Amino acid sequence: MSKPPENAALTNRYLEKLAAKAHFIQGDEAAALGAIFAGCDFFGGYPITPASEVAEVMARELPATGGYYVQLEDELASISAVVGAAWAGARAMTATSGPGFSLMQENIGYACMTETPCVVVDVQRSGPSTGQATLAAQGDVMQARWGTHGDHEIIALAPASGQECFDLMIRCFDLAEEYRTPVIFLMDGEIGHLRERVVLPHPDEIERFPRRKAVAGQDVFGGEMVPPMLEFGDGGFVHVTGSTHKANGMRDVQTQAVHDRLVRRLVAKIESARERIAMVEVDAEDNATVAVLAYGATARPARGAVLGARRAGRRVSFVRPITIWPFPIRAVRDACRGLRRLLVPEMNLGQLAREVERHVDCEVVPISRIGGVIHSSRELYAEIEKAVS
Amino acid sequence: MNLIELNDPEYFQELYAATMPESARPVPSYGIEDPLRGLVPGEVEVREGAPKQRLLRYLRREILPTTFCVGCGGGTVLNTFTHAIDEMKIDPREMVCVTGIGCSSWIPSPYFLCDTLHTTHGRAIAFALGVKVMKPEMKVIIIAGDGDLAGIGGNHLIHAARRNIDLSVFLVNNFIYGMTGGQVSPTTPFGVRTTTTPYRNVEHPFKIADVVAAAGGSYVARWTTYHPFQLMESMQAAIRKQGFSFIEIMSQCPVSYGKTTGMREGIDILKYLRDASVNVDDAKGMSEEELEGKIVIGKLAERRRTEFCDGLRRLNQERRQALAAEFGVGAESGR
Repeated sequence: MSKPPENAALTNRYLEKLAAKAHFIQGDEAAALGAIFAGCDFFGGYPITPASEVAEVMARELPATGGYYVQLEDELASISAVVGAAWAGARAMTATSGPGFSLMQENIGYACMTETPCVVVDVQRSGPSTGQATLAAQGDVMQARWGTHGDHEIIALAPASGQECFDLMIRCFDLAEEYRTPVIFLMDGEIGHLRERVVLPHPDEIERFPRRKAVAGQDVFGGEMVPPMLEFGDGGFVHVTGSTHKANGMRDVQTQAVHDRLVRRLVAKIESARERIAMVEVDAEDNATVAVLAYGATARPARGAVLGARRAGRRVSFVRPITIWPFPIRAVRDACRGLRRLLVPEMNLGQLAREVERHVDCEVVPISRIGGVIHSSRELYAEIEKAVS
Repeated sequence: MNLIELNDPEYFQELYAATMPESARPVPSYGIEDPLRGLVPGEVEVREGAPKQRLLRYLRREILPTTFCVGCGGGTVLNTFTHAIDEMKIDPREMVCVTGIGCSSWIPSPYFLCDTLHTTHGRAIAFALGVKVMKPEMKVIIIAGDGDLAGIGGNHLIHAARRNIDLSVFLVNNFIYGMTGGQVSPTTPFGVRTTTTPYRNVEHPFKIADVVAAAGGSYVARWTTYHPFQLMESMQAAIRKQGFSFIEIMSQCPVSYGKTTGMREGIDILKYLRDASVNVDDAKGMSEEELEGKIVIGKLAERRRTEFCDGLRRLNQERRQALAAEFGVGAESGR
């Protein structure tokens, strides 16, 4: 069963109008507009600081583009509705922060297991628990990676500016479709609430990765690395289950080989695409012995410190992973070759530093800052001074 | 395009084209056609030439038999549900069955041959909301148990009723967590022994249909597996109803509920359901004390309110029309 014909020209005219305006907006708002331009047509969410602005903009914009905003009773329902909507054909998303992200974990696993494309925005705030509700942190790096139970791979991107909130959001939707997986947009409260100039592209410039549909005789849950999908109402009698299943979707929880084949493929489809998914900004300095690796909001004072150190004659490189998961091993390793020390400032107690340590040969120095106050360029500059001497 | 072919595709083609010969048409195989009263429960009608076990075409035959224990009420609910769909001539390609975790969730999923979404524990209604919002033209039906819908998923249940989203929810209440071996559930009667209330249950059970009625359900009823004919008609009314519809189906679990209550055969619990049932009209004249331990059966509530997806669509239409006027482009009829 197909949707009633939609007036695409009308949507396009509306997006053109949005793009023509100059925007001075928060990261949350930019992310929401990115989703609108990516063709998101279902948002299920629940209010939470500092992610509520994403929901507010989606509620405002979705009716204009023919999509649906639903505010659910909790985050459990939000992610559930998102997965349901995706199987009914939607490009679907939700947005939350740490506590809500924790509540969503079970069904993020369900989305991994059922290979459901969807986007989960996590605007990280200071935890654990209610923590400092209004203050930023980067404490969900590992929750994004391992929050749900069982072996799995996940894709997570971290923006460092309002413009990236918009641009990378579109990338998140494409990655979700390309690999049929949930994608985590790992923002943080600083970036989410930071107000910046954001330039929106003309809607015609955006190419959307289309959903690949199964044809007769094709399996929806196996047969190839990323199998084609079906939506409800296609007449395919698709059976979607979070239980271990065979390539045709039918449950088989007793056969070791069935589980092994399924879960290894779910991991391999993302693991094998690591370098294609990897996005890393590298600003290398010749003969540098020290580099700073930072992501998200922390990348901003880190870059300031690097530039300051260079003005003072220090040879310092700057590395910014945009893709956090799967960790961009090759790009980071290449950027850190020949270094003596790598400084990793984070608004947590060293979550990504540990991962970085596994992949680089130099000494990794975590510069941890918690408590809701971001590092200053001045203090990071002092750390660089210490590291080069 | 069908990945899995319909069982017996010619049957469905003829059924919907109405070219099927009278003899092959689905007939109520359990009742008799009364010229004045229409269909009434009674003797099984055998019609010359009518295919036997014709409802099998609605099931995923390759995975039968079902996993239900001997004496389980799940089979009765599946049978009744399939009859209801057959009589309503609903194309299974236009249905989605959404379920959670537990024995009752297995009633339509994976056995019923339609799109089936077997979700995590308690979340069936929340998943179904996403499906329904995107595919309002499809029949979205949830069949799950008391632990799933009234326990872990209770919040989704009352909020779906409040929103009045057009879902049909059939809660199979067997008073127990059956799949996990008979632990106390939010609908276990007061004083009853279970594996986790080995002395006695000191909690009071939900009258969950009453809760849904109070939360705003558009059609709310309660029946038991002892009343399959009434249940089937009620299911049809629920599916037909525009808005949130809900039936609490009291059912028997002779294995997990029976083992600690002494009702070890399905028939024991069916007799209990029969004896405890009080028609809703009779119940109106009874005091709370008289109704203690009774099961009030029948239609508990029916009302008309704006349906949720309809409201969403109208809102979009208004917004799109305003934009169309602003840009001078034609608006669509609404999506």
